[in-house]
Amino acid sequence: MFPRPIEHSTPTRRFGYQAFLPVALILWLLPLLAIFMTSIRSAKDINSGNVFGIPTEFRLWDNYSAVFIQSEAATYMLNSVLITVPTVAISVTLSCLAGYALAIYKFRVALPLFFLFVAGNFIPFQILMVPVRDMSVQTGLYDTIAGQFLFHAAFQTGFCTLFMRNFIKALPFDLIESARIEGVKEWQIFWYVVLPLVRPAVAALAVLIFTFVWNDFFWANVLTQGEDAKPITAGIRALNGQFVNNWHLVSAASLLAAMPPVAMFFLMQKHFIAGLTMGAVK
Amino acid sequence: MPASEFQATQTSWMSRNKLAITPWIFLIPALIFFAIYVVIPVFQSITLSFYQWNGLYDVNGNSTAVWVGLENYTKLWTDPKFWISLKNNVLWLFLFLLAVPLGLFIALFLNQTVMGMRFYKSMFFFPFVISQVVVGLIFGWFYNPDFGVVGSIWKFMFCEETTNILGNVTFKCSSPPPDILSSAKFATYGIIAAGLWPQVAYCMILYLTGLNNVAADQIEAGRLDGAKGWKMLWYVVLPQLKPATFIAVVVTVIGALRSFDMIAIMTQGGPYGSTNVLSYYMFETAISEYGERYGYGSAIATVLFAIMLVFISYFLWRMYQDERGAR
Repeated sequence: MFPRPIEHSTPTRRFGYQAFLPVALILWLLPLLAIFMTSIRSAKDINSGNVFGIPTEFRLWDNYSAVFIQSEAATYMLNSVLITVPTVAISVTLSCLAGYALAIYKFRVALPLFFLFVAGNFIPFQILMVPVRDMSVQTGLYDTIAGQFLFHAAFQTGFCTLFMRNFIKALPFDLIESARIEGVKEWQIFWYVVLPLVRPAVAALAVLIFTFVWNDFFWANVLTQGEDAKPITAGIRALNGQFVNNWHLVSAASLLAAMPPVAMFFLMQKHFIAGLTMGAVK
Repeated sequence: MPASEFQATQTSWMSRNKLAITPWIFLIPALIFFAIYVVIPVFQSITLSFYQWNGLYDVNGNSTAVWVGLENYTKLWTDPKFWISLKNNVLWLFLFLLAVPLGLFIALFLNQTVMGMRFYKSMFFFPFVISQVVVGLIFGWFYNPDFGVVGSIWKFMFCEETTNILGNVTFKCSSPPPDILSSAKFATYGIIAAGLWPQVAYCMILYLTGLNNVAADQIEAGRLDGAKGWKMLWYVVLPQLKPATFIAVVVTVIGALRSFDMIAIMTQGGPYGSTNVLSYYMFETAISEYGERYGYGSAIATVLFAIMLVFISYFLWRMYQDERGAR
């Protein structure tokens, strides 16, 4: 293990390390802690310059419910869910199929097609912006929930296929080979042999795509106009204009918007990190 | 040909080519979807960059775009806003790469097994999970000279609190607290610093996973040979972390060139366009209050795409080498 385990050091160093850890953590999360403290203060505290001290009154419930009462936050949150969940379902399904095809079958264009998905996943959004927006306007998908999740699903299919293909490629090929010799049909191999084995990959992709799409801001601005189809990320910006200088409400709204991905991360931590660090180990 | 015979040849053709056809059946849904929303629009954008178009159609449903050749590009060449954006993109690229060593540093600091380490690791990773919009808002407030953390610390250090006759608290400062995001000189650095926060967390988690898999026997062998500290890190550990470093660099470069959310939230390209980057300038140009300029916007997007393509080609080439090695 590197660096040398701290247990092998002198007791003073060990103690020093353990005492420093919480300090380092507080410094690292200082912006977040500060905004949390702001979100439970009253407006009076902030205006009188009490930003760091103990709040004179705790307004946790008042501030957070005010966000919902005074703004469209509830609609935005619901829209985010309605955009995110279908995206996850579609892109994970499509990539299971595509990843299986690219990993198991040897055909001439398998690698170029795989690279197409990989490259598509890295391109700047701006190169897609005008045509996708124009197409959405033409087909009536502009400013709708469906218009957003269809685009996200298609775009995220690139990343998901990259992930799935590599995951399936790492499975023992003998399994498929012996199933073929037994005369099992190709779709049955997919359904009964491969699919049960890729469950961890499906879980990892589901949490990652959920987070990516929930946090999207660019497409929310490009593909929506009014309040009806806006997700929370774009909604928050509108709130920011509405709550000018009401920093306690802006803070509360920001933390609310961050909540679902954070919950997802803490509930599915293992899959989340496995997904993000795929390829970091050989 | 009798029906039965036809069916026989058909099934035999099917079974003969089963392994050639099946992959396409699995691939087609993803391919169609991906082509419609990703592959074709790339080429449409490039084509559109040679046109002038406000996004409107005439009564017959034909696009009103006018072919202008390279005019959009020659206009770009003399557009000072374009050059500022490009310069900022380069700045983002270099400063954002600091996330890689910083992430490694934190990973080394946290790579211990004391009690509660799992908790610390996930809390250090926390900023990455939050949306960039929220990070932008947090830092926008953090930098605020009146209410924010930077302002408060400044007042605490450099200002004297005085109460005037009316009983109001005022501050007398030797110099006023810095308004980072309103300064043309510092705003970009302020945004990049905010952007580094989640990116460092990402690089850290990549390195923590990498460190977890460093071969213990090589470390021990290195120790026996008297290697320690920097030497051990440089000659024994880092070579084994190569895959993690590669991915950290890839995601950081992509992240730097994609930076949009934070700029949109924190400064909207201002003050005076000093924090603009190509991605935001493109958006601003294509959908502006003064009417859509799709052609010019597409030209900016094409330039950004060309820059990205250099990196994408390199990544793909590296992946190709790995694929060949695997066979």
